[in-house]
Amino acid sequence: MSDDIKVDLELDLKGLLCPLPMVRVSQNITNVPVGGVIRAVATDPGAMADIPAWAQSTGNEVLSAGKEGSEFVFLVKRIK
Amino acid sequence: MDESGKKSLAMVVMSGDMDKLFGAFIIANGAAAMGMDVTMFFTFWGLRAIKKNVSTGKTFFGRMLGAMYGGDIMKANPSKFSFGGMGRWMFGKMMGGHNVQKLSEMRDLAVELGVNMYGCQMSMDVMEIPQEAFIDGVKEPVGVGFFLLKAQDAEIQLFI
Repeated sequence: MSDDIKVDLELDLKGLLCPLPMVRVSQNITNVPVGGVIRAVATDPGAMADIPAWAQSTGNEVLSAGKEGSEFVFLVKRIK
Repeated sequence: MDESGKKSLAMVVMSGDMDKLFGAFIIANGAAAMGMDVTMFFTFWGLRAIKKNVSTGKTFFGRMLGAMYGGDIMKANPSKFSFGGMGRWMFGKMMGGHNVQKLSEMRDLAVELGVNMYGCQMSMDVMEIPQEAFIDGVKEPVGVGFFLLKAQDAEIQLFI
């Protein structure tokens, strides 16, 4: 899945609960350049709704969000 | 919306209950992460949420209140099943078991995320809790006029 996308930053959000997965993505988005991509791995199912909502609210983009085993994997692109 | 086009959230925190404070700080931190300008106005029982673990009170009643409702945010009891502190202990264990942050950590994260916290001047006077009793990061006390100005410009207003 998405092997062709270059990931600038890996974020381990495993074990974190609401609202921390979203907070950590937000705190780290400025650590990648505009156009850069964060790959975040969470275990909180709520993140599947929260991280896309965060992206919509902040004007960033979730390239993909999917369940891989017991984990939720997000590719988040910094738009601005 | 403010001048920069940021959306905002204005919240009154009147409760000092553990469960309600969890809700207040989870929402505040979420909103701050989503790029919103967040104002938390702490009043009455809510004041303890921003207090250090110091004793307060000048008059007899003030000192009595300080003794009976003293301590800091970690002293907050749940609104149900309090059982003289047992409930706090039990919920603390349960939340720790589920890897939820402590209330104090959530509040400190809110400071770190730039959430604007204010004590209500009037309830600080009544309860004899001075600004020096608050943690670093709490702004100078304000009144209801200031809160209403923030609230009328905010997309979301909450009373907790």
